[in-house]
Parts: sequence; C-alpha cells; structure tokens
Amino acid sequence: MIRPVANEAQRSVGLDLRSITKRFGSFVANDAVDLTVRPGEIHCLLGENGAGKSTLMNVLYGLYQPDGGEILIDGVPRRFADPKAAMAAGIGMVHQHFMLVEVFSVAENMILGREPGLVVDMKAAKATVRQLSQRYNLPVDPDALIEDLPVGVQQRVEILKALANDAQYLIFDEPTAVLTPQEIDELMVVMQKLRDEGKGIVFITHKLREVRAIADRITVLRRGKIVGQAEPGTSETELAQLMVGRAVDLSVAKQPAEPGAVRLAVDGLTVTNSAGAVVVDDISFDVAGGEILCIAGVQGNGQSELADALIGNIPVLSGRIRLDDRDLADASPRQSIAAGMGFVPEDRQHDGFIGTFTIAENLVLNRFDTAPFAGGGSLNLKAINDNAVTLRDEFDIRTPDVQNLGSSLSGGNAQKVVLARELSRELALLVASQPTRGVDVGAIEFLHKRIVDERDKGTAVLLVSTELEEVEALADRVLVMYRGKIVGIVGPDTPRDVMGMMMAGVGYDEAVQVAAGDAADAGKDA
Amino acid sequence: MSTATEEPHVPSLTDAPEELHFEVLESRDARRARLSSGVLIVVVGLLLGVLFFSTSGVARFALSDAFAEVQLPTIELPGAPVVAICAVLCLLAGAGFISGRLRNRMPMVAGLVAGIAVVLGFLTWAAAGRDLPFPVANQLAGTVFTATPLIFGALCGVVGERSGVVNVAIEGQFLTAAFAAALTGSITKSIWAALIAAVFAGVLMAALLALFAIKYLVDQVVLGVVINLLASGITGFLFDQLVQPNSRALNSAPTMDPISIPFLADLPFVGPVLFQQTILVYLAIVAVVVVWWLLYRTRWGLRVRAVGEHPKAADTVGISVKRVRWQAVLVAGIFSGLGGAFFTVGSVGVFSKDLTVGNGFIALAAVIMGRWHPVLAASMALFFGFVVQMASQLQTLNTPVPSQFLLMLPYLATIIAVAGLIGRTRAPAADGVAYTK
Amino acid sequence: MSESTTWGDRVRGEVRMRWRDWAITLAAFVLALLVGAILMIVADPQVAGNFNYLLTAPGLALGSAWTKVSTAYSALLMGAVGSPQALAATSAAAAPLICAGLAVGLAFRAGLFNIGAQGQAILGSMAAAWVGFSLPLPPVIHLIVAVLAGLVAGAIWGGIVGWLKATTGAHEVIVTIMMNYIASGLLAWVLTTAAFQRPGRDDPISPEVPSSAAFPQLYEQLHLGFFVALLAAVVVWWVLDRSVIGFSIRAVGANPHAAGTAGMNVGRTTIITMAMAGALAGLAGVQAALGPSVNGVPVPLTEGLVGTVGFDAITVALLGRSKPVGIVLAGLLFGGLSAGGLAMQSVAQTPLTLTLVLQALVVLFVAAPQLVATLVPFLSARKARASLTGADA
Repeated sequence: MIRPVANEAQRSVGLDLRSITKRFGSFVANDAVDLTVRPGEIHCLLGENGAGKSTLMNVLYGLYQPDGGEILIDGVPRRFADPKAAMAAGIGMVHQHFMLVEVFSVAENMILGREPGLVVDMKAAKATVRQLSQRYNLPVDPDALIEDLPVGVQQRVEILKALANDAQYLIFDEPTAVLTPQEIDELMVVMQKLRDEGKGIVFITHKLREVRAIADRITVLRRGKIVGQAEPGTSETELAQLMVGRAVDLSVAKQPAEPGAVRLAVDGLTVTNSAGAVVVDDISFDVAGGEILCIAGVQGNGQSELADALIGNIPVLSGRIRLDDRDLADASPRQSIAAGMGFVPEDRQHDGFIGTFTIAENLVLNRFDTAPFAGGGSLNLKAINDNAVTLRDEFDIRTPDVQNLGSSLSGGNAQKVVLARELSRELALLVASQPTRGVDVGAIEFLHKRIVDERDKGTAVLLVSTELEEVEALADRVLVMYRGKIVGIVGPDTPRDVMGMMMAGVGYDEAVQVAAGDAADAGKDA
Repeated sequence: MSTATEEPHVPSLTDAPEELHFEVLESRDARRARLSSGVLIVVVGLLLGVLFFSTSGVARFALSDAFAEVQLPTIELPGAPVVAICAVLCLLAGAGFISGRLRNRMPMVAGLVAGIAVVLGFLTWAAAGRDLPFPVANQLAGTVFTATPLIFGALCGVVGERSGVVNVAIEGQFLTAAFAAALTGSITKSIWAALIAAVFAGVLMAALLALFAIKYLVDQVVLGVVINLLASGITGFLFDQLVQPNSRALNSAPTMDPISIPFLADLPFVGPVLFQQTILVYLAIVAVVVVWWLLYRTRWGLRVRAVGEHPKAADTVGISVKRVRWQAVLVAGIFSGLGGAFFTVGSVGVFSKDLTVGNGFIALAAVIMGRWHPVLAASMALFFGFVVQMASQLQTLNTPVPSQFLLMLPYLATIIAVAGLIGRTRAPAADGVAYTK
Repeated sequence: MSESTTWGDRVRGEVRMRWRDWAITLAAFVLALLVGAILMIVADPQVAGNFNYLLTAPGLALGSAWTKVSTAYSALLMGAVGSPQALAATSAAAAPLICAGLAVGLAFRAGLFNIGAQGQAILGSMAAAWVGFSLPLPPVIHLIVAVLAGLVAGAIWGGIVGWLKATTGAHEVIVTIMMNYIASGLLAWVLTTAAFQRPGRDDPISPEVPSSAAFPQLYEQLHLGFFVALLAAVVVWWVLDRSVIGFSIRAVGANPHAAGTAGMNVGRTTIITMAMAGALAGLAGVQAALGPSVNGVPVPLTEGLVGTVGFDAITVALLGRSKPVGIVLAGLLFGGLSAGGLAMQSVAQTPLTLTLVLQALVVLFVAAPQLVATLVPFLSARKARASLTGADA
C-alpha cells in the first residue's frame, strides 16, 4: 500500500509545492520537498518532531523564503514575500501556537491586519464575526477576550480568522496537541465540513490515529525529506515505520514492579496557578518504592502544576506532601532536593538547563555547593569536570568536550544531561515530566531504560506524560487527571479507548461501558 | 517580607458541578501586592502618628491667592486632631488590606482614603502653626504646570512601549529637545520655531532609539541608558563649546506666557488652576485625548498594540512589525520633544547642563504605574507633579524638614509606588523584546 | 580530559571570536573619534565658518578643521599616555571607574541592571570621608576603617534595591535611578549638618581627610587605590568563576527558572549580588574620597565629588562585556579618556564633555556590531561568514 514518491500527472487545479528546499545555516530543514493539495481533500503531512513539517508550511505561508523550488497555485507559479501575499493568494493557516493577541477581543483579532478604514469600526467587525461564525457553525462571542476563552474556542477563532480571508487552502499545524479528545472530535467534524465545502486542507500531525481517521492522502516527512506517501488505510505500524525510519518498538523490557513501602504520600493537595485558578484540586495518592506511577492526561489539566508543587517551585495552597518521613508541603526546591527528590522538569530549556553554562556545570546544577564539588565557598573545578566525564560516558552524552556549552547539545543529549544529573545521586523519589518530549527515538529507549533501572533500585518514580505510548510502556499504575482532579487510578493494560475517555473526564466504569458499546457497534458494521 | 502562616483557604468545590471552570482564588501576585500595599500604608500611618507629636497650632489653607479678584475663604483646621485622624484612617486602611477582608470596590475605597489621609495629614502637619496659610490654588495650578513635561514624557513612553519598544531614553530626548528649543528660540526669537525644533530633536533621538533597538536589536534598557549619556554629552559639549561663550545670543530664548481662556479663566478657584496656563499645558491635555483615541479607536492603534503584545501574530496577518514599531517610536518622539521644550521655552528660557534632572525617569515611572494606558499614565504624571509642587510650596512655609528631604519626595514616592502600592502591573507582552523572524 | 583536536578547535574558535571582539571595539573607537571630530568642527563657529569657503578655498576649511581636531586629539592622547605623569593621572581616573564598572558588571552577570552605582558611590564616599575627617585613628587602621565604612555604606544602598526586588518585584532599573536622586539629596543635606560641614563655612563642603586615612601616594597621582581597584577585579573574577556564590549569580542571571528549580534561592542571590555590587560602587566612592588629588591630599567631600562615575561605569561594564579583565581594560581606556580630556580642555580649549560623547558612542557602536560591520567593510566580509552558523533569516 506504500508507494514511492513519483511525479504525479500534473493537474492544473490545486496547490503544488515543487522541490522546496529550505536551509538554516548548514542544516537542511526541507530537502526538495514536493506536496500537492487539491480542493476538497484533506492531505495529511505526517512526521516526527523536527522532521521539517512546520518549516515547509511556513515557507508556503510566506513566513520563510525557500532556498529552492517553487509554489504553484492552479498551475501558476507564485512567490510569497510575506504572509499577506500568501493570504491574498487564498492560503490560510491555523497555527500550532495560536496567532491571537490574548488581551484583544475576538473581533479585534479577526479584523487585525484587514481593517477596512483608518478608524476602526468595531460594530461592523462584530457583525462580520457573527456572520462568519454562523455560516461555518463555529460559535464564538465577538466581545470575549481571547485570554478568557478555553483553548478549543481559541482555535475556533483561529480557524475563523483564516476563513475570514476567504482562504481556499487551509493549513492546520498540529492542531490537536492542546485539545481534549472531545475537542479533537469536534475539530475533525469541522475539517471534514470544510473539505466538503471544497477547501483544500493540509493537516500536520505526528499522531497516527488522527491521520487514519481523517486523511484522504498521506505524505510522510522525515529529516526534511519526503520518504513516502500512503493511503488512508495504511496500518499504524507501517506509518510509524515510515515516520521514524525503522521498525520501532516502544515497549520497554522490564520486570514486573516489586513495590515496597510507600515513599511518597500526597494527601488532599490543592494548588493554584499564578492567576489564582485552582489547577490541582484536592488530590491524594501514594507512590511506593520500586514502582512507576504515571500521571496521564491531556496537557493543561494540572499535571505540570502538580509536579511543580512537589518540587516546591510553586506553593501549596493546602494538603500534605510526605516523602519518606519528611513533610515537604512547604518545602523549597532546595529542601525537596535535599530530601532526595530528583526532578526532570517538563520544559527542559526553561527550567532544567542553562544553555550558556558548560555541560559540566549543568551536571552539578543542584549540587554545586556540596562536597566534593565545593569546599570553603570555593568550587572544585576538577571534581566538577571529573563528574562530568564519568556521567558523559555512563549516560552516553554525545559531546566532544564536557566543557562545551550546554546549548551545543541536541535535545536528546540535553535531556540525558538532566536525567544524568538527577540519577547520579541517591534518590527517594524521581519526578519526571515529559522526559522524552522532543527527543529522538534512539535516545527515548535509553532514557526509558534508565528510568526503569532507577525504579528497580527501589526509588519511587512519578512520571508525567501526555503520550499514551509512553504511559503504556513505563507505567506500573496510571493516574488519570482531568481538570485538576483524579479521574481514576488504573492498570497500564487498560484499553486505549477507555484511557482516552478517562482523559476527557469520563469515570472508569462508564468509560468501560461506552467502549464496550462502541466495540459492539463496530462489530455490527463489519 | 510576607509570611506564609495565614490559614489557607480551602476551596469548596465538592458540590459544584464538574462543568464549571476552575475556581479562581486570590492569585499569589495579587496577594503579595495586597500585603505589601497594606504594610506600606501602615508604615505611612505610623509615620503620621509620629508627626502628630510635633504638630501644634492651627493649619490654614488659602483657597485663593492674595491677588485673586474673587476671594475665597481660608480654611482653618485644628492641627493635632486632623493629623491624628488621618493617621488612624491610614492605619485602618492598611489593616484592611492586610486582613484581606476587603471585597469588591472596598480595596479601591480604602486606598483612596489612605491616599487622601496621607496628603491631608502631611499638609496639615506642615501648615500647622505657620505664619502663612498653605496656598491651595497655587498648589493645584503648580501641579498642572509641573506635570506638563511628565505628561508628555509619559505619553512618549506609552506609545513606544505599547508597540514593544522600551524607552528609558525619555530623559535624553527631553534634554536634546530642551537644548534645541533654547538654541532655536534664542536665534529666531520665535516660540513656534523653538517648539518645532524641539519636536524635531525629540524625533531625531527617537530615530536613534528605533534604529538601534529595531534594526540592530540592541538591548533596549542598555540602549536607553547609553542614549541618555550621549544626549547629556552632546548637549553638554555644545553648551560648553558653542552656547556658553555667547549666551546672550544663543541662550536667551523667549518664554511662553500664560494664555487666559476667556470667561473660564475668571472662574473662582478653577480658573487660575486650569485656564491660565501656557500653550504647552493645553497641548499636553489635548495630547492625552489624542493618544487615547489613536491607540484605542484607530487602525494604527490596533496595530501598535498588536505588535507590542504578540508581534508574530501581527506578522502572520501581514502587518510589518518593524515598520509599525518605527512609526510608534517616532510618533512618541514628538511628545518627548514637546515635553523637552517645557524646560526651556516653556518655563525659564535658558538652557543649563542636565537641566531635566530625572524628569524623564519619573515620566517612565508614570508609564509603568499608569499601566501603559495614556489616561492613567497622565494621572500618575499629575500625581508626581503634585508631589514636586508640594515640596516646593512647603519650602516656602519653613517646615522643620530640610528642603533636601522635600525634594526627595517624588523619588521616594516612585519607589514606594513601584514597590507595591500600585500592585503588580502587566506590561505589553512583547515590551522590550526585539522582533526577528 | 578532552581530545586534543577538539581542544585546539575550541581555542582557535575562541581566538577568532576574541579577535572579532577586539576588531569591533577598535573600529567602534575609531568611528566614535570620527563623530567626535565632526562635532568639534560643527561646534566651533570659526572652523565651521571656514567651510563657507570650502569650494573657493578648500585648504583653509580643511586645514583649520584638521588643526582643530588634531590639536584636540593629540592633547587627549598626550594627556592620557604621553608621559609617566599622564599615565599616573590615567591610573587615578581609572581606579574609581574600574570599581564602579565591576559593580555594574557583577550585577549584569546576575541579570540585574544596576543603574544605581552612582548613588552607591555617593554613599560610599560619604561614609569613607566621614570616617576620614571625624574619627581620630592611627594611620593604617584609619584607612582600613574608612575603606570598610565606604564598602558597607554602598552595600546597604545596593542591598536595599536587591531586597525590594526580591520581596516586592520592584524593577531594579527604576528603583536604582530613584535611589541615585535620593543619595544626591542625602549628600546635599548632610553637607549642611554639623557632622559634615567644615566649621566656619557656609557652603556645602566637608573638612579635609587627613593623610592617615588617605590612600598613600606612590608616584604623582598614582596611589594605592589603583591597586585596590585591581585587587577588587581579581576578587570579582574569583567570585564569579571560582566561588559557590558566583555559580548561583551566573545561574540566576542566565536562567532564573532553572536556577530556582535546581534549588538556588533566587531572591537571596539577588540581594547578595546587589549588596556586593553596592560595595564595589561604594569602593568607587571611597576612591574619590580617599584618593590623593594633584596636590597630594584627598579632595574634601562636596556634592559633586564622585562626578558621574556611576553612569560612566555603565559604559565601562558594557565595553568590558561584564568580565573583570574587560572591565579593567575598559576602565583604563575611559580613565585615559578622562585624564586626557582634562589636558584637552586646558591645551586645546575643547570641553571635557566631549569625552562623554566619545564614551557613549563607543559603547553604542560596540553594542551594535552589525552597524560597525556595515560601516567598516573590512569587517563585514567576516561578519557574513560568521552569520552562516546562525539560524538568522
């Protein structure tokens, strides 16, 4: 079912990208990429993080200028000097990170860049919003401020913005990353409806399931090159192989857990974010030594804040955190670290790593002031360097010199530095958030293995992940979070559809019933 | 420092339906702002309490000056009791903040009460038992006058920073404009030529800021400081080399006379305060309205605010971020030029080295405390004008406080305000961040 | 430790970077001198007037311009490095600049913009001078106590800013600016009080600091204070590169979130950094208060004693790229500019304020290497190659 890339017979109607090449310095982000989109079809562009999907679309949208190749619309070559030119040619984009001004109203965002007169006529703008939102059945309140809207509604505004421009071709750049399963379903319906209206749609994603659900055609991109095209019926395994370039097995060879005594006990934990919203709501759970508890959930349901509260980055409003025999509810990160907590932050670049520090310095970031790295107020540079050399070899950190700057490392190697730092000391608890996000496949296997090894040493492991694959591969138990609350704690063998429904807030029992009903329906159809 | 020993609020969400959004409690920032406000107000209240012991006699406040046609009565207040009441009011308001029991509009009311109590208490203490009454009309007219350059400076800051370019160089723009106005005014003997030269100089310095900030991506705060030095150096050098030796020809600019607006100027009390001012003062008031209208009612304003908040979003809808920022910084330069003109042709007529003495920085503080909103920032500029004017009025009353301390008041007020009284403010999201694709 | 090839590559890469930094700095200096020259010509009515005859008598215009500029700049150069005395004067002018430059640079490394070196220096000079003229102490001890007093006063003035930032989030730029004005006011006030004002005087001036509290003079204007400044640079180097607290300072400056997550106390680091910066700026004030002037005794405390050292320090720190060695060199450069400027003023009748212009311009050009590269084509070829590695569109 997989066929190699071939020059299709040229049809004049539609959008053609021909041999697009885009370089950043010596790095080739797009290497002679061809892509066609016809009106009335959904063309999926599939690829791993960093495969070059977004670069390609930014070229198409006029944000980047290609170093080679051409763009044709209905057979006519076009050049887009800026997004305005692309928009004028009928190309619209729904950005992964919404291009909405948060403190503006919906109507202000909609007219931005296409205001009819020198003086803004808000009444007319609101009327336009209402009209569009009715026509496409995408309800929004024109007066609402973007920052007050849920993510799904913000995305609606983003879609309407593209439609307001009379876009004939719509690019959806990783639109599902921030959505709940229901919101994803709604989005799928919207996309299908737009297709049926005759719009050409490019749907960028790395989630295989979504591709199979909606694509009319599939193109797979790997390391900047097109590696193949596939039919919608292609199996997930085949797509995955195409995407990552070799047969992948995400499962980790691990022995069944042998949980010991409870090491981390969280009781009635409530946490607010900086704006005062309750984001972790009266949560209680335990993690025993020698087990991995995974926190699963759609991004933004309180997992990040839970992890931050555990280490002490954000204060706890109420509730208790006990690690072994220490009470850490009011602890600072320093105290939590001293109590034996290892912490792999969700946003490595932001919270876990200092790019302008050397690799050796990054490897002692939370211990630089203790022996043997420091004494008498002075750093022991030799000890810091020796430690780094040892950890480089042990954790296979690919760098010629540990005195190089942290920013010289790839994402996977930077993550190895963070993990090496945390695992190179005696831990009671390891809290790891999204430990493999933005990390290449080879490194993922290694990181997973080290986490399991740590578990087998008797450490309690709390893993926060939004990737179901990772949860299934590593978890001994799975805690599903939704809107700051625990939906349920289940085994790692829970079927995916049940887990998915729980991530949308449906309780375990109900989810099992619904899933069983769906399975029966599917059986009837077949 | 804030203490974390307060009893935590436990949210009662158990019976709320699941569909509800996350319950919003007081945010940490708001809490910290509330507590620091409370502590500050209490400290000020305690200070007033101390002053109470050195208050004796009757405080008199003259509502009109001696030459006014319509003489308004002079108000007499018993010194010690008024100071005591003001101190107590402050303490109560502060306690209210600290307790966290104030809801809805109450914090605003308490803040207002505290503010009025501080000013009234302080003035009463200063005026009590003195030979001369405190001239209220002078104080207010002087406030408007003194605030004029601050208003222009604040507008300059607001317009530039709303587009995402931090402007620490208002001081330097003032200085250059003041110099240009004095020089041009002296040569041409024309107020208007001087004003145009000042605006030109302000825009020129703005162009320098824009060039280095927008094109060469220099850190904007560093840049502002360096531009200030440059302005100080260039005006100082030209003054030393060119102007000083020929000060009769080159440093004797005409000054603006107050213009009385017919009828309105004759109103008792309000007349002299608002309607017997120079053209620059009227221009400042008009400018506030114009900037508000530009920012919130026009296409250009929408775009300026958009590039200051989310430049990439603006870029993706075809707005040239750099062009809009250039425009905003240059337009802002006009206001800094007008503000700079105040220091020479708007008041004394002669230039002296570094004569703007930090007004540009106080304008910057007004921008921040005014939350980057033209009207609020102008109000803050008026507040600073009030403090500066009060300091100079009190000097004439022979208060027991050395004049140097009174002159520190505006700077102290700024620190207090920045450190918490106004609370945490939210800058335009992309303020100070250079835009590159 | 590491493979020799990569080590060599790194050294070579660093040398290339250094070379570029030097070239940019040099080009910036030349450009600043050029602009300064233009300013001199424009501001001199006589010379500028000759340009009316540029077409008819180009020699006259260009000749007078050349005379003007070359006289001024050669006086500047001679005054800075032309003689042992000039070098001594440069060292004396550089000492406070180095100290205050370190104050700004150290804070920069922690991500803090310390515009308050001026106020901190004022406080330092006040405290040191007071100990100097008020306390009757034996010679060596007197000097040490006076220096320490200056350090402590500066540290308090800077520490307040750090404390306000750490507890309330008040932006240090605004607060330090305001603290500068308050410091000036404070100085103006104390000079009217009995504790500070010289007996029998009406104007704001303090008694003279006796030689027991003054930095010993070594040669002409070169005094012990210069070596104290160098020592301060060594200490700052050690603190930043070799000490535990320096690790925190650099980490907080580079990425406060990561530093906090790794257990460092960001607020405490902010306070310590600002207090240390304040102490260094205080030392700059000490230099002004205790350093012997041309006539061998320290200048008594007046409102203008420290001059604009706190603002000059910003340019020193920027030019020195916030590194101690760079700051020492930049301090010497601007110290020379200042010492030479005095000579220029007396010999060539060109106002000292020109040096302020040169200083600001050098920093402005250094901050925008791209502009320098555009203006100096020789550099732009290298620039183009260098930018190949950046993902710069």
